[in-house]
Amino acid sequence: MAKILGGITTSHIPAVGNAIQQELYDDPYWKPFFDGYPKVHQWIKDNKPDYVVNIYNDHGLGFFLDQMPTFAIGAAHEYRNEDEGWGLPELPPFPGAPELSWHIIESMVADEFDITSCQELPVDHGFVVPMQLFWPGAPNNPDMPRAVPISANTVQHPIPTLKRALNFGKALRKAIESFPEDAKVVVLGTGGLSHQLDGERAGFINKEFDEYCLNNIAHNPEELTKISRMELVEKAGAQGTEFLMWMMMRGALGDNVTELTRNYHIPISNTGAGTLLLECA
Amino acid sequence: MHDMPGHDYHIDIPGTTIFDGKMAMKGYALNKMCYSFNKAVNRDAFKEDPEAYMAEYGLTEAQKDAIRSSNILAMIAEGGNIYYLAKLAGIFKLSVQDVGGLQTGRTTEEFKEYLLSQA
Repeated sequence: MAKILGGITTSHIPAVGNAIQQELYDDPYWKPFFDGYPKVHQWIKDNKPDYVVNIYNDHGLGFFLDQMPTFAIGAAHEYRNEDEGWGLPELPPFPGAPELSWHIIESMVADEFDITSCQELPVDHGFVVPMQLFWPGAPNNPDMPRAVPISANTVQHPIPTLKRALNFGKALRKAIESFPEDAKVVVLGTGGLSHQLDGERAGFINKEFDEYCLNNIAHNPEELTKISRMELVEKAGAQGTEFLMWMMMRGALGDNVTELTRNYHIPISNTGAGTLLLECA
Repeated sequence: MHDMPGHDYHIDIPGTTIFDGKMAMKGYALNKMCYSFNKAVNRDAFKEDPEAYMAEYGLTEAQKDAIRSSNILAMIAEGGNIYYLAKLAGIFKLSVQDVGGLQTGRTTEEFKEYLLSQA
């Protein structure tokens, strides 16, 4: 049966993709951010996951408002990015894992999580930037695992509750652990932390709230489910709702995790940027 | 659509528009046009003739005026969602800090300082 090794969270800001492209690792602005990743690289090198379940939120590439799934799971042989309107470089395709995707879809729906399956899914920076951060050169990295993308809606309210997100993760854990292959799986939760791009409150960042989330997600995630969605918008900013992805990831890791590394830095672009590596017991 | 008091999407957060069903309906044409800018060929068509392109997507006069005057807050008031509007901003080569400054009455440099002040 498949085994979940752990989970990794990271912000997925488009500017990070540009910084990687320009190799700004030692630039004074970027260094405090990129310094959060060497430990993750070593852990990946030591553990070599076979599959990566990448939980992110689409930002208007894969889905439009005509049909907006609350939870969508990719079930394709490969996933391509696009320039997203900003001329981002188009990368070679990321290899998919449709047999694992369909196993997860079967298991999730049997567990009463009614998800949308996607045999074609253009993936945006929410999916791509974390892959580039964790597997340098992605998808052209010899250790690149095959991917299952999972996207949750944070574009349009109503968005899922934090409790639903955590429970989604718990069901995802059951799904992955029942996959009949001796495979190692890592789960990503991408996005956040606090930021707001729109309105007169644009630029809002909330260090205190981000630290509260970082301090509780490993060992006390149930506490975070008390946060209402509007409270999340208020305290994390309109786009800080991406923290839902972290909750989904956390649910998939089981009760006992060890925090191996943590990084937090303000600001990267408009965001409080957070990175966390949690290893399953 | 009536407000539904049992749901939690009706608290007032100053400076923040909750992009819910009502806003999604109001902004549909504007957002659909911006979504089309994922493709370079559509960006080129817009640059060629913005008025014709906006008409093709059926934007309201208020939405067209917001675009004509590069008024981002007005675009949001007319139902624009920032993730789609970001693709319009891309056409004008605006960074998210430029967009932040334009919405908050700051220069881009002042906006960057504001971000840094929250560290």
